[in-house]
Amino acid sequence: MGLFRNLHDWLDERFGWNELLAPLRKKTVPVHRWSHWYFLGGITLFLFVIQVLTGILLLLYYRPGANEAFESVQHIMTQVQFGWLIRSIHSWSANLMVFTAFAHMFSVAFLKSYRKPRELTWLSGMILLFLVLGFGFSGYLLPWNTLAFFATKVGTEITGQVPIIGHPLMIFLRGGEEVTGATLTRFFGFHVAVLPGLATLLIGLHILLVQRFGISVPPKLEAEWLAKPAALREMKFFPNFALRELMAWYVALGVLGALAAIFPWDLGVKADPFVSAPAGIKPEWYFLFMFQTLKVIPSKVFFMDGEVLGVLAFGVAGAVWLMLPFIDSGRARRWVNSLAVVALAYIIGMTIYGHFAK
Amino acid sequence: MGSGSVVAAKAGELKPNSGKIFRFGSRPGLLVRTAGGEYKAMSATCTHLACTVQYRDDTREVWCACHNGKYDVNGRNVSGPPPRPLEAFEVQVRGDEIFVRRRQES
Repeated sequence: MGLFRNLHDWLDERFGWNELLAPLRKKTVPVHRWSHWYFLGGITLFLFVIQVLTGILLLLYYRPGANEAFESVQHIMTQVQFGWLIRSIHSWSANLMVFTAFAHMFSVAFLKSYRKPRELTWLSGMILLFLVLGFGFSGYLLPWNTLAFFATKVGTEITGQVPIIGHPLMIFLRGGEEVTGATLTRFFGFHVAVLPGLATLLIGLHILLVQRFGISVPPKLEAEWLAKPAALREMKFFPNFALRELMAWYVALGVLGALAAIFPWDLGVKADPFVSAPAGIKPEWYFLFMFQTLKVIPSKVFFMDGEVLGVLAFGVAGAVWLMLPFIDSGRARRWVNSLAVVALAYIIGMTIYGHFAK
Repeated sequence: MGSGSVVAAKAGELKPNSGKIFRFGSRPGLLVRTAGGEYKAMSATCTHLACTVQYRDDTREVWCACHNGKYDVNGRNVSGPPPRPLEAFEVQVRGDEIFVRRRQES
């Protein structure tokens, strides 16, 4: 205890430690029937840290390049001690992180936590979600297998459908007209340098904003508590909420470990640009709703190519969703919840349809 | 057959009602031998979102597995999302080799 106290005092004399920690000591978390949704952001952060750690371990053996990537992942999975487990954890954790990030976003939307003054917290979170999808898309190509090759081909081709900027953007992403080894090294650079740098900065900003504004209370409850302050219930962030969050991380780690060990992530067949796309090819589940939509849109809708219409529709829907805090005011207010329900139902419905469709 | 042609297959390599992918420059091409024994060649890059198509002997159609696009053996888009036909190539059998090249502008 003496050593800890000395260290604490040493830090306090130099950095004003006590002053820095003061807001954390005062911080409280509202307690109500929806409180458990507050864990999701923290779980997503925990999974991100797992991604960084397992990603660094994979980097020790992975070699980007069309002639080496597949073989190096094969080496990781068969020769490196526990290499298969680290890769499996990295893949499963990526999928769980996408899931918790989406769940966190919808919980924030339904509890209306984005409302004034938290608009920027919502925007930074939405950009983080796009970055997470970027991580998923770029990382998926790195093992250089057939599924990844065609997923990247289709994904970058979709980018190419965007009017005006689409084609140059597609060339930039691919490093040329086709998906080749140049695309792979590029995606590797995005995945291990550009995206982690941006994500770390934005996570810092996001957490800072959450600290600055405190934790939001759903509007109905906020009104009730304002009218009757005695009804207000809250717990201290530290240690009460932090320890609960730690238990949530512990459960997440357990689920992750079990999935990674019981269902090791497959490597598939090495990519070959001169074979046909295999029957039953599908993207990762989090892109499935968009994939299925593009599949059912007819080739021509009025004067437009179906896929251009699909890409534009998703672009508009994404932009509306991004602006949710600014739309949710006045008369539009009662439409916003219906919009969120429709968005969620559409994503779940099309994902299930895409999963079972031939 | 002149410049710009590639050898897509050896004669006799393909049974009737089958197809194969061949290298056409940096892109894949599809050579089909119809049930009647006739050779057809076309670009193998789907006009929808650029997946590589294949010949299906059960439906006798050219099919893209990515979004279920279908073309006939001449490369015409018949159903699903593809907005345009596949570019059809010229085929010539010379000796024991099958040559394919782009159609010359008339």
